[in-house]
Amino acid sequence: MFDWIQNIADWFVYDVLNMNQGQHLAEALNFFIYDTTKILILLFVVIFFMGIVNSYFPIDKVKNYLSRHKLYGLEYLMASLFGVVTPFCSCSSVPLFIGFVRGGIPLGVTFSFLITSPLVNEVAIGLFIGLFGLKTTIIYVISGVLLGTISGVILQKLKLESYLTPWVKEVLENAQREQDIFQAEKQPFKQRLPIIWAEVIKILKGIIPYVLVGIAIGGLMHGYIPEGFFEKYMDKDNLFAVPIATILAVPMYSNASGILPVVQVLVAKGIPLGTAIAFMMGVVGLSLPEAMLLKKVMTLKLIAIFFSVVTLCIIISGYVFNILL
Amino acid sequence: MTKVIKILGTGCPKCQTMTGVVKDVVSENNIDATIEKVEDIMEIMKFNVMTTPALVIDDVITIKGRVPSKDEVLALLN
Repeated sequence: MFDWIQNIADWFVYDVLNMNQGQHLAEALNFFIYDTTKILILLFVVIFFMGIVNSYFPIDKVKNYLSRHKLYGLEYLMASLFGVVTPFCSCSSVPLFIGFVRGGIPLGVTFSFLITSPLVNEVAIGLFIGLFGLKTTIIYVISGVLLGTISGVILQKLKLESYLTPWVKEVLENAQREQDIFQAEKQPFKQRLPIIWAEVIKILKGIIPYVLVGIAIGGLMHGYIPEGFFEKYMDKDNLFAVPIATILAVPMYSNASGILPVVQVLVAKGIPLGTAIAFMMGVVGLSLPEAMLLKKVMTLKLIAIFFSVVTLCIIISGYVFNILL
Repeated sequence: MTKVIKILGTGCPKCQTMTGVVKDVVSENNIDATIEKVEDIMEIMKFNVMTTPALVIDDVITIKGRVPSKDEVLALLN
C-alpha cells in the first residue's frame, strides 16, 4: 500500500541528492522521509475521518443519549465507545464531567468516557497504524475501550460520590434525566467541511513538530542501539517491567505524538509489545495536568482512587498483552 | 446597541486563541461590543456547555469546543 512512498523516498535520496545506497546518512534520511510521509498521510486521513464523525455526533448528543437510555450495564461500554469518537481537549474535562453528572449519568459511566476519550484518540490511532500496523492498532483500540469500560464499572462499585467536592455534590443532588431537546445543527456537509478542514489543519500543525522530532530521535536510536538490546532488562518473564513502565509513564504528558515513534523503536529493539503498550497508555491516558484540572470537581482522595484504578487496569492489560502477543 | 460577548474557558491555550480572534475582529471592524472572559468554572457551567472554549453573544451560545475563524466571528456579530 505504501510502496509508492518508498519509491519517492528512494528517488529523492538516491537520484535528486545523488547519495550512495548503503551509506549510513543516506539510509537514515531515506527512512526518515518514508516514515514521516507515511505517518503524516495516515494522521491526516484518520483525523479527517474522526472530524466528520464528530461533526455529526457531538458531545451533547452523546450525553443526551446516555442520560435517556437505561442500558442494563451496557452504558459503560457505550460511554467508552463514545469516548473514542468524541475527542476533547483536556481543558474541557471539568465541564464535561459536570455536564454528564448533571444529566443524571452515573459517576462510573462518566469515568468510562473520561478514561477512553484521551486514551483512544484520532492522533494515537493514526500514529499507531503508521508505526505498528493495523493489527496492533485494533488490539490497542479494543483494549482501550475495554479498559475504560472495566475501570468505570469498578469505580461505580466503589461508590465514590461522597468524595466529590461540595459544589459538585450539590449539582449531583439536582441532577435530572435531561429532557431538553438538543437543537441539532442542520447544516449540509458543504457548510461543515470548511470547519472540519480548519480543525484538521490546526491539529496537524500542532502535532507535526512533535512527530518529526519523535521520528528523528527514533531514527537515531534505530542506528545506534543494537538489536535485542532491551531484552536483557525487559523480557516477558520480568514481572516488574510492566508496572515500572506504567508508573514511569503516568506523570509524563506528551501528546502521544512525540513518544510513539520512540516507543516503536524500543519495541523493534526487544521491549515486549505489552510492556510498551502499558507505557503508552500511562502516558496518553493519565497525566498530572489532568489531575490538577480535576481537583476542581474531585477531592484528592477521589483523584488518587481514580488514578490507581486506571493504573492497575493498565498494568493488568500490559501483562495480558505480553501473554497473548 | 452594544453587544455583550462572553468567552467561556478555564484558561487553556484554545481559549486564549479564541479571545485573541474575537478581540481582533471587534477592533478591526469597529464593532460596538464588550468582551468578557468567564474563567470561573461555576459560571461556565451556568451556560450548560460541556466543551470549552465557548463563545456567547448576547446570552446565546454560538460556538463551543473549538476556535472559530475571524470570518465566522464577524458573521456572528453582524
